[in-house]
Amino acid sequence: MNSRFNPEKKSGAIPSSEITDRKVFEQRRTLIKASVAGAAGSLFGYSLGTGSALANEVADEDTIRAAFRTTEELTSQKTATSYNNFYELGTDKGDPARYANRLITEPWSVKVDGECNKPGTYTLEDILKPHDIEERIYRLRCVEAWSMVIPWNGFQLGDLLKRFEPTGNAKYVAFETILDPDRLPGQRRPVLQWPYREGLRLDEAMHPLTILATGMYGEDIPNQNGAPLRLVVPWKYGFKSIKSIVRISFTEKEPPTSWNMSAPHEYGFYSNVNPKVSHPRWSQSRERRLAGETKGISALFSPKVETHFLNGYADQVGSLYADMDLKKFF
Amino acid sequence: MTNKIAATGVTAGSDKPFPASAVDNKGSRKISVSRLAWIKIAVFFAACIPLALLVVSVLTGSIGPNPVEGIEQATGEWALRFLLLSLCATPLTLHLRWAWAARVRRMIGLFAFFYASLHVLTYLWLDHFWVWLDIVLEIVEKPFITAGFLAFVVLVPLAVTSNRFAVRRLGKRWKALHKWVYFAAVFAVLHFVWLAKGDRLEPVVYLAILLILLILRLPAVLRSNEG
Repeated sequence: MNSRFNPEKKSGAIPSSEITDRKVFEQRRTLIKASVAGAAGSLFGYSLGTGSALANEVADEDTIRAAFRTTEELTSQKTATSYNNFYELGTDKGDPARYANRLITEPWSVKVDGECNKPGTYTLEDILKPHDIEERIYRLRCVEAWSMVIPWNGFQLGDLLKRFEPTGNAKYVAFETILDPDRLPGQRRPVLQWPYREGLRLDEAMHPLTILATGMYGEDIPNQNGAPLRLVVPWKYGFKSIKSIVRISFTEKEPPTSWNMSAPHEYGFYSNVNPKVSHPRWSQSRERRLAGETKGISALFSPKVETHFLNGYADQVGSLYADMDLKKFF
Repeated sequence: MTNKIAATGVTAGSDKPFPASAVDNKGSRKISVSRLAWIKIAVFFAACIPLALLVVSVLTGSIGPNPVEGIEQATGEWALRFLLLSLCATPLTLHLRWAWAARVRRMIGLFAFFYASLHVLTYLWLDHFWVWLDIVLEIVEKPFITAGFLAFVVLVPLAVTSNRFAVRRLGKRWKALHKWVYFAAVFAVLHFVWLAKGDRLEPVVYLAILLILLILRLPAVLRSNEG
């Protein structure tokens, strides 16, 4: 792989790619406002009461930018690239790294279809060309109650989706992972219905925190982490952040998603990180933070940390769910 | 009528005086005292190997970035394996006439309890840091935790009464008490089946083994009911 997915080398100064110009931000704000208006139209029960006054207000630019890079201790690159859920490569946490070479990422193309004016099959180069790669340091919370802090390199999904000109009928975006049962060992058994499918509501997809990642830790993203193109939605459980994307579809109806199809009472379409909504197996009120030292006796004696509503991004994305009963729409 | 289960059932708790003769009456190969001693030593050290490997993997870090989860998995799986192995002792003695199998059953059962205790200790301490509210809530709310908790609760009195003194003291009730091991096994397997996410192949294999072991016992149970 060449270095086209790499961000500029880190230096003291903020790289130019990170300074988003005023116009783009204003566009985003308009977009968010529009989406909130849409959400407000559908009145579902009571609000969860996040304790945040911002829950019903659209976050301002500074608030959103503040969440681009958390200063929490990073998960080591080794941990983030050796402890993965990527069932296409196997169900053991070590399987994805072990069988990473089974995933062929060159050539790569993405099929775009559904409710948009510019459907078609785009090569990876077509997809990436106009976008500046920036670094985002996000918390990643797995539904299995562990979490990481990962420096991703990528670009805002919304910037890409706009290029395909979604029509007025487009309410959702659906994604699919590569289907290659001949090479991907996990796809030989029906653990899930392949290909892996995920989806977002359009306003969630357009939110500035939602990115497509092409790298992590300043390097090309490894296969086990979803090369060459994966979604990162930091306020949702990790399985929403679909890996190795080959298809993006704009839909009018809520698209089927893999874990929801597999166990609908356990995994909802939204799957927002929520300590108050318990999973049949994991309480979700706490999480094991996989950061810092993970070796030796001392690593055993660190208690779990509290899980925050929307993974700590409530100030930025809480408005997307104003007036929604998130216990019902889990 | 002589009851095979009754005869071998006592074997778990007491090496002497009657089990050896009871087994031998059924035609099992006789086993010398020194050979049995060697078998027991070998089984003891073999049963310690998983613990040794676990300790090494934690110290070297080869257990992976989530060692608490790794310890829970390893101790849980070995507790279940030893539990099912202990249930193999009677069929092996009855069907294959391996006299020694019945004689190591207590040790294997106690290793099951040992690994189960490590498993529970890891859960209470390293996983939950003794936050009892969380722990009680999980036991009540999460079916797989409930099943695991019941399996362990059943194992405790069995381990406590596994010594010769308890066997003598409890007499006939000992046998009835230790039949609860089947409930422990069923709860333990359910615990594993229900905790699986997506891929249930491995727990289902354990479930199949348990079902085979239960079916093997059916004829004996039916006969004992007749008597």
